[in-house]
Amino acid sequence: MNLAQNQTRSPEEIPNGPGAAAILAAGIGCGALGLLAFVGDASETLGRALNFYNPTGSLSGVTTLAILVWLGSWCILERTWRRREVAMHTINAISFALLAVGFLLTFPPFMDLLQGK
Amino acid sequence: MEISTRDLWTVLHGMGFGALFMLAFSGALVELYRVSAPEVPVRANGRERTPLNFYLVAMVILAWFTVLSGAYIVYPWYRAVPPAGTIDLADYPRRLLLSSGKTSEWHNVGMEWKEHVAWLAPIAMTMVAYVTKKYARAITRPQYMRTAVLGFALAAFVATAVAGAFGAFLNKYAPVRGGSTIILLEGER
Repeated sequence: MNLAQNQTRSPEEIPNGPGAAAILAAGIGCGALGLLAFVGDASETLGRALNFYNPTGSLSGVTTLAILVWLGSWCILERTWRRREVAMHTINAISFALLAVGFLLTFPPFMDLLQGK
Repeated sequence: MEISTRDLWTVLHGMGFGALFMLAFSGALVELYRVSAPEVPVRANGRERTPLNFYLVAMVILAWFTVLSGAYIVYPWYRAVPPAGTIDLADYPRRLLLSSGKTSEWHNVGMEWKEHVAWLAPIAMTMVAYVTKKYARAITRPQYMRTAVLGFALAAFVATAVAGAFGAFLNKYAPVRGGSTIILLEGER
């Protein structure tokens, strides 16, 4: 079944794969944002490497890479799961865990705790 | 009545995009809950769903405008480095906050968290808008998709609230000022 056929189907008939791909990719994007923010803060070398645009500093690299990871993983998962039914409870658990990683690793006191500061 | 370009961009970033995005959450969360509540009979057709889809797309656009204007227009002014020997740090908010132990944590905790956590919101809301448009009420069919949509929408709200609250406080303690002046109205005296 191609994409055009998928779009003509009613929402009830579309497999949950594309939705699961979007949900998991959002989780991956949020987790990547937290991880990149953390490594940018923990390592001076990586912090400098993430400085893609000097006026904005390492925030430019952190957010640009997180967006690329999010969109890249969404493309890959969408292609893989386009016609599949997947176990949503597992996808949800992973996505919410990654979302929590995103929140925690952007919270400066938690970053400091992990770095032993 | 006049305003500087930096003040104008700060207002646009915080009030024009950010606050409007945050205000939209109450409607979005209620409507998302309503259309996906399991006890609600299946009746929403394409025409009935269209306003919610437009609403969510508008929220996504506002969310991206908020973080992009914040990171690439306002933030560079906030973190500008003063020339050596500068005593008056009013035009250098980051340095102004870090110059005193009484205000330094507004930067070390407030801005450091705000500048990153805010980006969770557009990522989460883009997913929410996409899944809602694609599946509509059928997000209840693959049973846990509704949980993810509502959970991520709520997380986006929390991230926006954190960023917005710290933004308001930071603007109180170390406002971004300067730039050219725009005269809005001339007074008589």
